[in-house]
Amino acid sequence: MITLDQINLSIGGKPILRDVSLRLQAGKTLGIVGESGSGKSMTALSIMRLLPQGAELSGKVTLEERELTALGERQMCAVRGAEVGMIFQEPMTALNPVQSIGDQVAETLLIHGAASRSEAARIARERLARVGLTSDRFPLDRYPHELSGGQRQRVCIALAIALRPKLLIADEPTTALDVTTQAQILGLIRELVREEGMGCLFITHDLAVVAEMADDVAVMKAGQVVERGATDALLHDMQHPYTKALFEASRHCPVRIPQMDEAHLLEVSGAVRDYTLRRQRLFGPRPSFRAVDGVDLRIRRGESLGLVGESGCGKSTLTRAILGLEPLQGGEIRLDGQTVTPDMPADLRRRMQVVFQDPYGSFNPRHKVSRLLSEPFHLLGRPADLDARIGEVLEQVGLSSADADRFPHEFSGGQRQRIAIARALITRPELIVLDEAVSALDVSIRAQILDLLAELQHRHGLTYLFISHDLTVVRAITDRVLVMKAGRIVEQGETEAVFNAPSHPYTRALLEAAPVLPLAAE
Amino acid sequence: MKWPVQLVAGAILFGVFLVAAIVSLGWTPHDVTDLNIAAKLSPSGDGYLLGTDHLGRDMLSMLMAGARTSIAVALVAVGIGIVLGVPLGLSAAANRGGLLDEIIMRGNDLVFAFPSLVIAILITAVFGPSALNAIIAIGIFNIPVFARVSRGAALTIWPREFIMAARVAGKGRALISAEHILPNIANLLVVQGTIQFSMGILAEAGLSYVGLGAQPPTPSWGRMLADAQTFFYAYPRLAILPGLCIVMTVLGLNLMGDGLRDLLDPRLRRAMK
Amino acid sequence: MPSRMASRDASLWHRAVGGTNVRPMIHYAATRLISLALSLLAASLVIFAVVEVIPGDPASFMLGLNASEDTVAALRDDLGLSGGLLERYVAWVGGMLTGDFGTSYTYRVPVSELVAARLWVSLPLALYALALSTVIALPVGMLAAARRGRPTDYGIMGATQLGIAVPNFWFAMLLVVLLAITWPIFPSGGFPGWDGGIGPALRALTLPAVALALPQASILARVMRSALIETLNQDYIRTARAKGLTEGQAIRRHGMRNAMIPVLTIIGMQFSFLLAGAIIIEKVFFLPGLGLLIFQGITQRDLIVVESVVMLLVFAVILVTFLVDLAYALVDPRLRHGR
Repeated sequence: MITLDQINLSIGGKPILRDVSLRLQAGKTLGIVGESGSGKSMTALSIMRLLPQGAELSGKVTLEERELTALGERQMCAVRGAEVGMIFQEPMTALNPVQSIGDQVAETLLIHGAASRSEAARIARERLARVGLTSDRFPLDRYPHELSGGQRQRVCIALAIALRPKLLIADEPTTALDVTTQAQILGLIRELVREEGMGCLFITHDLAVVAEMADDVAVMKAGQVVERGATDALLHDMQHPYTKALFEASRHCPVRIPQMDEAHLLEVSGAVRDYTLRRQRLFGPRPSFRAVDGVDLRIRRGESLGLVGESGCGKSTLTRAILGLEPLQGGEIRLDGQTVTPDMPADLRRRMQVVFQDPYGSFNPRHKVSRLLSEPFHLLGRPADLDARIGEVLEQVGLSSADADRFPHEFSGGQRQRIAIARALITRPELIVLDEAVSALDVSIRAQILDLLAELQHRHGLTYLFISHDLTVVRAITDRVLVMKAGRIVEQGETEAVFNAPSHPYTRALLEAAPVLPLAAE
Repeated sequence: MKWPVQLVAGAILFGVFLVAAIVSLGWTPHDVTDLNIAAKLSPSGDGYLLGTDHLGRDMLSMLMAGARTSIAVALVAVGIGIVLGVPLGLSAAANRGGLLDEIIMRGNDLVFAFPSLVIAILITAVFGPSALNAIIAIGIFNIPVFARVSRGAALTIWPREFIMAARVAGKGRALISAEHILPNIANLLVVQGTIQFSMGILAEAGLSYVGLGAQPPTPSWGRMLADAQTFFYAYPRLAILPGLCIVMTVLGLNLMGDGLRDLLDPRLRRAMK
Repeated sequence: MPSRMASRDASLWHRAVGGTNVRPMIHYAATRLISLALSLLAASLVIFAVVEVIPGDPASFMLGLNASEDTVAALRDDLGLSGGLLERYVAWVGGMLTGDFGTSYTYRVPVSELVAARLWVSLPLALYALALSTVIALPVGMLAAARRGRPTDYGIMGATQLGIAVPNFWFAMLLVVLLAITWPIFPSGGFPGWDGGIGPALRALTLPAVALALPQASILARVMRSALIETLNQDYIRTARAKGLTEGQAIRRHGMRNAMIPVLTIIGMQFSFLLAGAIIIEKVFFLPGLGLLIFQGITQRDLIVVESVVMLLVFAVILVTFLVDLAYALVDPRLRHGR
């Protein structure tokens, strides 16, 4: 139905895509999988011809006998939305904040002259119901900010399929969503493809998602399709070394040597954290919101403890309290018997460090690595052998001591995450809190960082509190796991035990929702 | 590195007036207090490159000294705005949602509620007209401008993870503001400073035009325009020259501001991404 | 330190609790109204305090140097200048609330009469200039945004750059020489009053309004352009393009309303600037507006007039801020819903 033939794309003279050829049939899903910079999104935008300025496109895109690449901009406008619909990664910003959802869905119909105003509203209503937003809870005059991320993505889908296009392009449609929401959106897209008979081009970085969604897969690397074929066949008989490496990295499980102590290093008991909210009524009382509601948590020395939960469950709030950044309203936190508070002694602070998610936002862009790495000594006073220690930690994380003189923007994302780990190591702490520390990384880089973490834990006898929404990663690197929901711990236990036999319904729902990579036939 | 055309053009334009102002500190072709009634309203030439005004003063010397007054007043007013406004904005951001933030921001709104010229008039009414009072009037208005800009910029930096890392290291809000926030918003403050500088030149001209700025015999462009108004039809030169000086100085500063924004912004954005 | 996460938690909570559509809007308006009242109160205190420290006693100024102390004291009583600070402040504010602005020391007529007469010059002038500025600037800014990076855009940006740099009173002088003296199309100054018909009055206000509007229009056009270009980079514009909207349609249907938020802010600020900035222009054109009244009030130590006019100007600014806040809520549903 849609064919891409020898697509080449360059932007400002820089080659982005090289000889990309793909084919997709009606009623089928073609998955494009690749890491960042592989050109998978640009392939989609080339079909839509929504390319940035300075883009040069050659090759042929054909949709049912019609050569899209030969159409002018006006004719392309008639194709977009009517014959090809598209949804994007970030549902929080993809909708116009000042227009109601009904108007935004109806607009697709109106702009193509497909319906009168009143009819468009009726069809919009019907399409919204089709994606699961029923009229009783989601009237047409709702605004995007009144909806959650998953609901907004449903609106985006409704407006993309309002005219029943032949092709739906989904560009990482669930990457920004929680795992249970992701499962629902994936289910919805599958159902639409099946029932409406459209073709779907599904772009993702996640092999497990593509395995679940796609009939055919194309693997992209550096602007080229390196391997393609029917999903099952391809996953069971990978030919290209890159595909194999990607597959291995996706399910990578670092080798870990258990070294747990009996003694508890961190003890959280009955922790409560309230936030005061804005008044609902003038002069009314300020309502409060309990983000952490009586959490108990114990970590043994040398243990890796996982804390999983979806966004808004309170895990970040709990992290900030454990790091002694915010006070508790109830309960207490003890590190090796000493109470953790925002004004705890410097030496207690030293024993606990953190690695954050964003390898780009973790460093002051104006400071050199040496200065970034000495920041944790702020309260402790600089040790005499500071330079030696900077060199030492840099080498421990796989960088060189010469890197101390460089600025963070001179490093790649993976290298920056290594610097973040080096910063956490330099005070020789006992506990390291890893707050979504590998979530923003491509799978191949993620595998390397996981190995590094395992090695460092063994070498220094470190204790990890590993906070993540990603169940695969938690399973790979933790001994025990806690599941958090709405401020409470709903289940805890040995990681393997919890994953194999979850007892709480929420844990079961989480595990069922998570896409799983099929085992490869060796 | 490629310098934006606007920055270069603006810097040259403004540079001419800056140099004239600096030179006028030590030398002007004629003494600006030198009244030569016999040679009044003479055209250019005759030892007066740009002619003389209605009191026989040398126009070129007056314009040079006027540049000094304008630039000095506007520069000091920007200084007041930065020195007082930036710390206020940074502390408001550091205490976001707290009482201090509320007080600072409401204070800002209060200053904004007074049209700047009204502030100038009230100050002049209290202390009498002078260049110093023009500086104060313009400076007061600059404080909330810088407070607001630095608060807004600081708020975009505070949620970032390197701030969290600094807090984990035990650093307090003041230290974080000075060490992590300020250097990362400095670019923005430079651009805003240029804009306020040019607005200060305009404001000074307006104030001295209505007699609330620098007093004679201190020359100022606005004063020269006020004096020239009655002779405009007969001697347009007297009004056009100071007017052009104002336009070109302000234009130069604005072009510099735009150029600086182009120069600093993409790099800033790339570094912060 | 409230973090991003905390506010996200809070917003989830808000969503869970839900809210009706009307109450938040009233709540929003009421909050703004309270802040308006507080601002006025604070402003009145500042004005009162400043006028208190203005040197020079109106009574001795009026009676001249030779007046005896008794007569001065009697006049001070008469003018309401004796009595404690608090007493006089309360009397002043209380009077204003009931529409009594006191009596001018020099003219011996109610201040409200004086102000009303002048307001009928300054207010129409400010509105005239604001209308001119908005009508010119918005289309020009949109045009520049639509043609961004092309010659039209560069031309507009260059012209507005120049427009901002021109002092309005100098531009006014040029206008007078050109359009009142060389080609006498408009009067060079003075104001015939509204009694002689709208035509002559508007003619007298045209040059001042044009002079005031030029720099303001330049600023507004630049703001309009950059606000529109800013929205063009937003994800929802990409969504709109994927629906099949042309770039022009996407700008008109989605960019415009979002760009109105910064534009409204500037329009609001400009009104207050035009009302007070007119003081200088009034001097160029000898217009009997509020500006002239303030100047006279100060030189003649007619402090009650100064107090009242400044308070009136500040009230106008605060009121416009309040109206702009309400306009935000009309444009942006997120504010209506109390976020």
